[in-house]
Amino acid sequence: MTAHLSNGARPGRRRISRRVLVPLTVASALVGTVALAGCGQSRDPDVYTVLNSSTDDSYHSWDAATLERCGKQLGVTIQQQSVPANQVMTKSLRMASSKSLPDIIQFDGSEMPTFAETGGLKDLRKLGVDTTDVPQGIIDYGSYKGTYYGAARTVNTLALFYNKDILDKAGLQVPTTWAEMRETAKKLTQGHQYGVALSAGGSEDGVYQFTPFMWSNGGDETALDSRNVVEALDYWKSLISDGSLSKSTINWTQADVNDQFMAGNAAMMINGPWQVETLNTKKNLHWGIAQIPVPQAGDDSVGPLGGGELTIPDIGDPVREKTSAKIVNCMTSEQEEVTYALNSWMIPANQKAAATWRQKVPSLSSLADQVAVARSRTAKAGSGWTSISLALQSAFQSALTGQSSESALKHAQSRVESGK
Amino acid sequence: MSITAAAPAATADGITTAAVAPDPARARRRRTLAQWGFVAPAVLFMLLFFGYPLVRNVVMSFQHYTPSTFFTGKAPFNGLDNWRNVFGDDLFGKALWQTIVFTIGSLVGQFCIGLGLAVFFNRRFPLNGVLRALILLPWLVPMVVSGIVWRRILDQDTGVLNSFLGLFGIGHTPWLTSTHMALLAVILVNVWIGIPFNMVILYGGLQEVPREVYEAASLDGASAWRTFRSVTLPLLKPVITVVLVLGFMSTVKILDLVLALTDGGPADSTQTLGTLTYQNSFVQLDFGAGAVVGNILILISAVFAVFYLRANRNEGK
Repeated sequence: MTAHLSNGARPGRRRISRRVLVPLTVASALVGTVALAGCGQSRDPDVYTVLNSSTDDSYHSWDAATLERCGKQLGVTIQQQSVPANQVMTKSLRMASSKSLPDIIQFDGSEMPTFAETGGLKDLRKLGVDTTDVPQGIIDYGSYKGTYYGAARTVNTLALFYNKDILDKAGLQVPTTWAEMRETAKKLTQGHQYGVALSAGGSEDGVYQFTPFMWSNGGDETALDSRNVVEALDYWKSLISDGSLSKSTINWTQADVNDQFMAGNAAMMINGPWQVETLNTKKNLHWGIAQIPVPQAGDDSVGPLGGGELTIPDIGDPVREKTSAKIVNCMTSEQEEVTYALNSWMIPANQKAAATWRQKVPSLSSLADQVAVARSRTAKAGSGWTSISLALQSAFQSALTGQSSESALKHAQSRVESGK
Repeated sequence: MSITAAAPAATADGITTAAVAPDPARARRRRTLAQWGFVAPAVLFMLLFFGYPLVRNVVMSFQHYTPSTFFTGKAPFNGLDNWRNVFGDDLFGKALWQTIVFTIGSLVGQFCIGLGLAVFFNRRFPLNGVLRALILLPWLVPMVVSGIVWRRILDQDTGVLNSFLGLFGIGHTPWLTSTHMALLAVILVNVWIGIPFNMVILYGGLQEVPREVYEAASLDGASAWRTFRSVTLPLLKPVITVVLVLGFMSTVKILDLVLALTDGGPADSTQTLGTLTYQNSFVQLDFGAGAVVGNILILISAVFAVFYLRANRNEGK
């Protein structure tokens, strides 16, 4: 540039620059048009899209089969688009801003309220989604502020998995109370084998695992600094100080916990039925499943309700949305739910389907009992769950690495309150 | 930039000169047009992919930008609310401090070891080339893969590192599970990743240093240390600046490695500005707060970019 000016070519340069403006403007206008054209995608009337998190091979093919059957039944083609679970929300938001939302989005139950709050989801009942035989607890799980937005196909919760051989060899019973669990875990800890494994990782996994301890003890996410929550966290701390729970628990996801259990590094673990597929690949591992122990004998074991929910976003096309509702009805029909539940080892949402499923997998029927009384994480907190979850993660991680449960949870509660 | 500013003034005299102007002016004009033609794509690219997002990010930090914004397109301005919230959160101070420690620790480690290896490989010895190629390996492994592998190596109970240290009677070190150790562990892994880059660039710089200078130094009876300090270091200075500034910029914004190793934990002890931006924007979906931290990161990088350009300009003189 500087060399240019010293040529003394000022007038010429000015004149040219005006002429350069034209192609520049044209070029930017072109780019702009292309960008805009990308936004207003027109939809193929016979092709429907489902956005889900079935990136796993087997899940992807199970869903593909379901969608093909439902498509055939309704005379349309249904495509699935799968992204990693933690990207479903951001992907959907981006699609919303470019007006290219899919017809059906499968959200995790804890995320649905956040999307529902934007006003971007349709009332499923109004669109004609069938809710007969769906228990109230699961309707509540799919509802936000009284409106039913999310239809679950299957649900899951957490349970205590135990290695039968190890317990038998030690002559120990499956624990049912906190005290028994602590005692049993202590006795089973020897060499490289820990008594129990669970996930206290700094993500939703860890919070999911903490809820049954918090809830069964009468604690609640609306008051993290209450006595009952502090006791629950102190119980986790006691497992670590006994040495029966590895300190690495704060780095473990639920999948890591499963690896530890399968490798024989833990005699018991807290985990969900979606691990059964993997557990069964190890033929010489004999495992059993039981309710998560409760503080005192006679207390109710309250687990968290989990699982994906099918939602219909507002795409501004009532006819299409009606058809989407039919697709949801097909995917949540008794037969499809049983098929999916048997594949994925989760529990059908529909009562009739659940009854059929129980007969086919009697070994997991204790899970079905637990699901019936399980609680939704967002029932009380709604879209505020995310900040509570983040504060809680930080709190139990601080407590498990040395801070007192009380001060960690007090800090968490104040963080939640200041965020509001 | 000058295009828009110059345009209105050009209208009046432009046409008249064009009418009278003989051929040389037209030739000049064509040449300038061609020059602008070459510059235009770059300018357009910069405006579109750097200018626009940058301005957008600054604006966003003053907006109440929530999931609803994606539907309504409305993000009301909320003044300094986002900034106040971010600065009021004690996590920000923690993340800032940890980013500083992480950056300085990583740079010092990477640079010293990288320089040592570069000086070492600058001598001629058998297998020099093979060894040098091997040292490049960490550079070729994707960051996330390194992170996941190191997470296993550093595992407290089953990790290879602790099993190895156990042979020497060193008890199980809580590399990633102690709030006091985790940041150190992440720094060590990042040093491992950064050594090849530092070594390669510094080695290249050393090759440029003329052999005669070393010969002269040895004739003058300079010791190895003296030669290194008075010959190698000064002649290597421009390269050192480049290595440090580029290293700084890629280190200060660290995200992937931390997410793969510790996810910011335990108890936020490895949270950096990068992970905090990620957490604000993509976990809490508070895009305004995410933009605030993002802007601060950009500002820090920009300050260092200015230092870098200054240093380069001085070299030119």
